[in-house]
Amino acid sequence: MFLLGRCCVTGNGAVGNWAIAFRIGELPFCEERCMTERAGKKRALTFQELLFTLQRFWADRGCVLQQPYDVEVGAGTMSPDTFLRVLGPKPVRIAYAQPSRRPADGRYGENPNRLFRHTQLQVILKPPPVRIQEMYLESLVAIGIDLKEHDIKFEEDNWEWPVGGAWGVGWQVMLDGLEITQFTYFQQCGGMDLDPICGEITYGLERIAGFLQDVDSIYDIVWAVEPDTGRKVTYGEMRLAEEEQFSAYSFDYADVGKLWEHLNLYESECKALLEKAGFRDDFKDFAKMDELTLKRFPVLGAYELALKCSHMFNLLDARGAISVTERVGVMARIRTLVVGVAKAYAAQGEALTASAEKDVVAG
Amino acid sequence: MNGAPGFCGWLRESDSDTRCAFVAGFELRTMADFLFEIGLEEVPARMIAGAQAELEQRVVKMLERERLVQSGAVAKSFATPRRLAVWLKGVAEQQEDVAEELVGPSVKVAYKDGVATPAAVAFAKKAGVQVGALKTITNAKGEYLAATSVKAGRGAAEVIAAEMPKELAGIYWAKNMYWRAGRPERFVRPVRWMVAMLGEKTVPVEFGGYVAGSVTYGHRVLFGEQAIVLKAPGEYEDALLGGFVVADVEVRRQRIRKALDHVTRTVPGLRWREDHELVDKLTQLTEWPTALLGGFEKEYLALPEEVLVTVMRDHQNYFAVETGSPKTGDGKLAPYFLAVLNTEADEAGVAVIRHGNERVLRARFNDARFFWEFDQRVPLIERVALLEHVTFQKDLGSYAAKAERVRELCKRLVGKIEGRGFAVDTNALLDAASLAKTDLTTELVKEFTELQGEVGGLYARAQGIRPAACDAIYDQYRPVSMEDRIPRTAEGQLLAIADKADTIAGMFGLGLEPTGSKDPFALRRAANGIVKILGESSVELGLGEISRAAVGGDEELVRKIEVFFAERLEFYLREAKGQAYDVVKAVLAIEANDVRDAVARAEAVTAVRGSEDFAAVSSAFKRMKNILAQAREKGIAASARVDIALLTEPAEKALAEKSAELAAKVKWLRAEKSYKAALEEIATLRPQVDAFFEAVMVMAPDEAVRANRLALLEKVLGDFSGIADFSEIVIAG
Repeated sequence: MFLLGRCCVTGNGAVGNWAIAFRIGELPFCEERCMTERAGKKRALTFQELLFTLQRFWADRGCVLQQPYDVEVGAGTMSPDTFLRVLGPKPVRIAYAQPSRRPADGRYGENPNRLFRHTQLQVILKPPPVRIQEMYLESLVAIGIDLKEHDIKFEEDNWEWPVGGAWGVGWQVMLDGLEITQFTYFQQCGGMDLDPICGEITYGLERIAGFLQDVDSIYDIVWAVEPDTGRKVTYGEMRLAEEEQFSAYSFDYADVGKLWEHLNLYESECKALLEKAGFRDDFKDFAKMDELTLKRFPVLGAYELALKCSHMFNLLDARGAISVTERVGVMARIRTLVVGVAKAYAAQGEALTASAEKDVVAG
Repeated sequence: MNGAPGFCGWLRESDSDTRCAFVAGFELRTMADFLFEIGLEEVPARMIAGAQAELEQRVVKMLERERLVQSGAVAKSFATPRRLAVWLKGVAEQQEDVAEELVGPSVKVAYKDGVATPAAVAFAKKAGVQVGALKTITNAKGEYLAATSVKAGRGAAEVIAAEMPKELAGIYWAKNMYWRAGRPERFVRPVRWMVAMLGEKTVPVEFGGYVAGSVTYGHRVLFGEQAIVLKAPGEYEDALLGGFVVADVEVRRQRIRKALDHVTRTVPGLRWREDHELVDKLTQLTEWPTALLGGFEKEYLALPEEVLVTVMRDHQNYFAVETGSPKTGDGKLAPYFLAVLNTEADEAGVAVIRHGNERVLRARFNDARFFWEFDQRVPLIERVALLEHVTFQKDLGSYAAKAERVRELCKRLVGKIEGRGFAVDTNALLDAASLAKTDLTTELVKEFTELQGEVGGLYARAQGIRPAACDAIYDQYRPVSMEDRIPRTAEGQLLAIADKADTIAGMFGLGLEPTGSKDPFALRRAANGIVKILGESSVELGLGEISRAAVGGDEELVRKIEVFFAERLEFYLREAKGQAYDVVKAVLAIEANDVRDAVARAEAVTAVRGSEDFAAVSSAFKRMKNILAQAREKGIAASARVDIALLTEPAEKALAEKSAELAAKVKWLRAEKSYKAALEEIATLRPQVDAFFEAVMVMAPDEAVRANRLALLEKVLGDFSGIADFSEIVIAG
């Protein structure tokens, strides 16, 4: 029984060479990368080239390129460049890569498809342009995907982060059966309605690189090629040790008692900060502050502390230290902080705008 | 209908109403085709069919209401992930003018000395006529002014442009979004274009920041962003085909089925597993569907079929492929899958897409295999302790506590059916009860929650647990719906009953019973499951016994649950068994505890209810019941027993004799559960019953005779009402 097997081409990639039949179960191992053979006979983008290309693409379309946020987050959405910038009326176009840590997803580097830490490319477009989907499809072309030779579907997938009081509707973008992007129209954040709303495009870089390079394990992804020698630096070379050790840390070594202590400390400091801005009173205290105190008030610092709590929670969860009953309670505690920060950020923004307007009138 | 007073709504030509009439008949006006399309970013597949039907209905109703089509107009609608559209023929380009008789002030007030007063002038103005054109009519109150007012019909384009936005805004979506600054409207996804055409002219419908025109768009990738300019509504379907869009849902569905057949046939002996739900979903995920056959390595067939099919179907939207004879139904999973694409690629492109899909599936199967092997490191028996940390419900404790309760309940249920000739492997049942929930701690169930239970059963088997226990664990959540099968084995049936009954008893105990449309813990489904198992297995347990065993001592709680079960039994008889409302009531009026008995009784009643004799006897029984009820109301007592000496009339003697003779027979047949035969016997009572009511007056003046006759009726009713309360049966005519 024969059928067209894996699309493996050796040679010039002409159509004729594709009709090679392989017996299922005896598929020959294939080094060549058929995707790129088809797309102009170039080799597939390396992991870092993929990132450059997408960043260049969005920079050319008006996005400011930001660097990854340097506090542990579970997703690019949690970076203040998304979570806080979506609030308020100010237009935003920003893009950044965000290493995203999910301790419970670690597999000691043994599973070829799962990571404790993966990389998202986050694009924030507020308000969303009318051609946002078309722009997104063009970005796929930019990374070497010939749309006419692939099957692309936008399948309903709504996003929700209850801890952040945030949700949106959107799609998972499926490319030949592989989810490569999460596409969301943010509707609420910190429990507040957004106006204008925001378009969020989240590329899963490892997924896409694996697809482009046609490798079956994340660790085989070529991260970079040394220009002089042509030596391939793989994802495994760059990150496997980290996966192994952090899996061990979060599953086996992390000190549960200390993690709880950290969580409690971060929580109390975050709360104390928020209270200085009138946490219990809709942050009305901002209106009473002088301009300098107002603009220097560290809402951003409070957000980092809240993110630390979230990360501690994830570690405790991976460690199996949070019972189902406790879980709801701890999540509610963190939600209080995160939603509180979002409200404080919005209130601070409003107070600053009001103060600027006063200056304009006075001047 | 327009409800404004004095205004004429849409009337058919046949209607004759003297108060108003259309100035021009429908057939005299110019007609055109109407087309409306709304272009959207990809609409969730699950919402498309409902929205398509609703839009069609709204457009037709709106045009009817606005007198632009005749009532009952037929439309054709279209839908793809990126569009909803409606097309109608025969839409009037103009509303007809409506002539209306208006009654004005009385003549006395309208004219002073033969001169029109301001009241008459104002009335003429209101009616839109000259004062000279005013008429005089005479009604009950006297002489009044009247006028024929003609309301000019509006142009269809104007009406549609005014009404359509309201209809669009009214469409129901399970989840809406805002997308424009200032949040002017909510819709399922952003609007990207609109087409509204009446004949060759566009209708300026405004919605979502767009004004409708005559431009639509084709397939995202195959046709890109080129405009498709429509010249007339009738071109729509063909123009879109040119843009690689099959707009007709049914055509798309058939195209998918054909494509699946076609690619499956490329490998002899293969057959795709029918899956209507998946065909529907893919129909709503594609505009230009094609299909491809892909393969996977045979080694993955070592994984349980349940896992493979779930990965393919639920996670990847792939159809499973099997070999084997369709006649014998022994289809075996083959190492292939079918994917439906939303594109048409050349041969080389198909190879690329196939390769991509195979790669994803392999990764998913690898994951599943990883979980499968990983989970085996900790056998289910060791996982029992882990259940302490998995909460079932905060006031009902952990799953460990639930498992213990279910185990005890299984013991009690076995105790009840012992000696009822029902074979059950008690040890296997108790093992299954202990292990049933342990799969909740496995990675595979965390990944594939829809496979809970089944995964436990599969692991149990792989770990050498006795087969009867494995099957019970595997089937514990069945039946999940009225269509689903019940557990295959006695142990599975008892475990499923005990698990569901424990949940019901626990939740009812906390006052968390379902109310109205709210049933967050799916208790109705659980109770339906118990009823279905009792109805379709040989488990001999009554619903009352199950309630009592699950609850313990609280009699009030037991009664509450019994009432709940009775409702579910009623639902089962009607929905699953198709029994008529009155039959169900008649049967359950007698007893609502033994499910299979209730089914048998209902079927017997349904079988005989058509016979004339049975209908007559039923009516007579109803009459007897009424007479007895009236007597009771009036405080007239029946005597304790029928005294043969007091039976005076031949007809009542005959009834007493015949019913006594039948009673013994019916009692025996009923005990044998030969309900149909028993009912047929009861029907033979008809001549005596008829004669009785013809010749005998129950409420005789003589007190003793009357009491004796009442006693006779009570006895007849009592003797023959053991199967159903016939007075509930509705007799036609």
